[in-house]
Amino acid sequence: MSDTAIEVRGLKKSYGELAAVRGVDLTVQVGQIFALLGPNGAGKTTTVEILEGYRKRNAGEVSVLGFDPERNERAFKERIGVVLQETGVERFLTVSEVIELYRGYYPDPLPLDEVIAVVGLQEKRDVRVNKLSGGQQRRLDVAVGLSGNPELLFLDEPTTGFDPSARRNAWDMIRNLRSLGKTVLLTTHYMDEAQSLADRVAIIVGGRIVADGPPGALVGAAATQTRISFRVGRAAPPLPARLRSPDQAVGEIVSITSEDPTRDLHELTAWAIENRVELEELDVSRPNLEDVYLQLTADEAVSR
Amino acid sequence: MNPAHLMMRQIGYENRSFWRNPAAAFFTFFFPLMFLFLFPNIFGDEEMNYFGRPTSLNTFYVPTIAAFSVITACYTNLAMSITFLRDEGVLKRKRGTPLPPATYLGARIAHSTLIGILLVGIVVIVGVLFFDVDAPSNTVPAFLVTVAVGAAVFSALGMAITGVVPNSDAAPAVINFSILPLLFISDVFIPIRDAPEWLKNVAEVFPVYHFAQAMLGSFDPFREDAGFEWGHLAVVAIWGVAGAVFALKKFSWEPRR
Repeated sequence: MSDTAIEVRGLKKSYGELAAVRGVDLTVQVGQIFALLGPNGAGKTTTVEILEGYRKRNAGEVSVLGFDPERNERAFKERIGVVLQETGVERFLTVSEVIELYRGYYPDPLPLDEVIAVVGLQEKRDVRVNKLSGGQQRRLDVAVGLSGNPELLFLDEPTTGFDPSARRNAWDMIRNLRSLGKTVLLTTHYMDEAQSLADRVAIIVGGRIVADGPPGALVGAAATQTRISFRVGRAAPPLPARLRSPDQAVGEIVSITSEDPTRDLHELTAWAIENRVELEELDVSRPNLEDVYLQLTADEAVSR
Repeated sequence: MNPAHLMMRQIGYENRSFWRNPAAAFFTFFFPLMFLFLFPNIFGDEEMNYFGRPTSLNTFYVPTIAAFSVITACYTNLAMSITFLRDEGVLKRKRGTPLPPATYLGARIAHSTLIGILLVGIVVIVGVLFFDVDAPSNTVPAFLVTVAVGAAVFSALGMAITGVVPNSDAAPAVINFSILPLLFISDVFIPIRDAPEWLKNVAEVFPVYHFAQAMLGSFDPFREDAGFEWGHLAVVAIWGVAGAVFALKKFSWEPRR
């Protein structure tokens, strides 16, 4: 058994004249949570649907759990779970009936109670699908995707439309999957989701991967600058010379972009103590994935 | 799980879903019975010459409303529900599971057929008990074969029409438009012997007319032979094959919006 779950080389897909995917390479290791990020129309869903077996590629090599998904083999479908963006289930069945129905399609399904517990629908198990809220239906979607005990789970925007607490619950649920040893391929619009969940992130723009790596490394490679900001009173003496940046304004929020944050912070706090100045709302922030993403997608938009 | 067991299990769940939607289930059963009651009353209770001798209008309507029952269950209901399931994304989800596509669609067709057979049984029993209809005995095998052929053919045509229905909002209009005029000109709702020749020629192109004739032939109380209308059944079967070929080419598992 190899430790590569998904291997993609030179994947291309066009719809008529429109090239949706223009040469994608991806490698997903077993046990990883892999996030595919990108704006609408970037080729995320097309790429994932090729990996799931819904679409045929025009060019490239694709191996998912050792299978070519295009052949739609039953043995392949038995080992993956698919949660699409817009799918329904039988509306007149109850939660537990739906999960039971789908469990029956697989040779080695997860126990019913375990599936219900993972998505937190215990109290809704005897409620019909058409009586569930939108968020509950989405959790049922995930439950159905999980019911066959897949080695590899595809989650296409699993938390779109969730309120913040539902999203946190969903994240805990996805982390649970990792602890069960599952491989997860996740697509999302939310940078914080990718940053908090994923072991590895690929950003796809215009049908190409423009960045690929662990979230920390992506952030580190794309930006080395740290932002220091704080508020000081009007009466404060001038800042030390090396911290005076053109955008400072005494009496309001001061924002400094620092390439050497340890040293700059040391100088700043020494100055504050010496002059008995209170540094209100002191904040030190590293660029996050969202900054990197916005920068990369903006670059791509310019170069097109 | 072996294929037969998987299929039976799926039919069971389809059946449970069907009866959980009481309005849909009620009208599926109510329509044929309503027509069985209405048409003889509208068109008069007097005797007519249908099977070459004077017969009551009820004896005409039991086999034709039975034919309508098969069409409504296997064509109209199947096509509508498949279109709705397609647009809700249920079909796409099934495609992502190991359930073989033929097992899933086979189970849906089998369930529609069972509903059609149940309806035919109710229509015949109501006809015999309340409308004083003579149910022929020597043609029972022909009647059962005709119902089975009709169920298979109209299921194939029901699957085929989903290929031209653009979305579920349009489904009722498109599907009813494709079948209602034929029901009126094909000896189902009204005897068409007095209709203009050109209208009969139009009706004879389509399978509804031939299915109705085969049903009437196998329910003819004066008939001495086995009651098989092979010629009509052959036309119906050709339409079924054409429908199946078209369905295989045009069937879509994904929503069309």
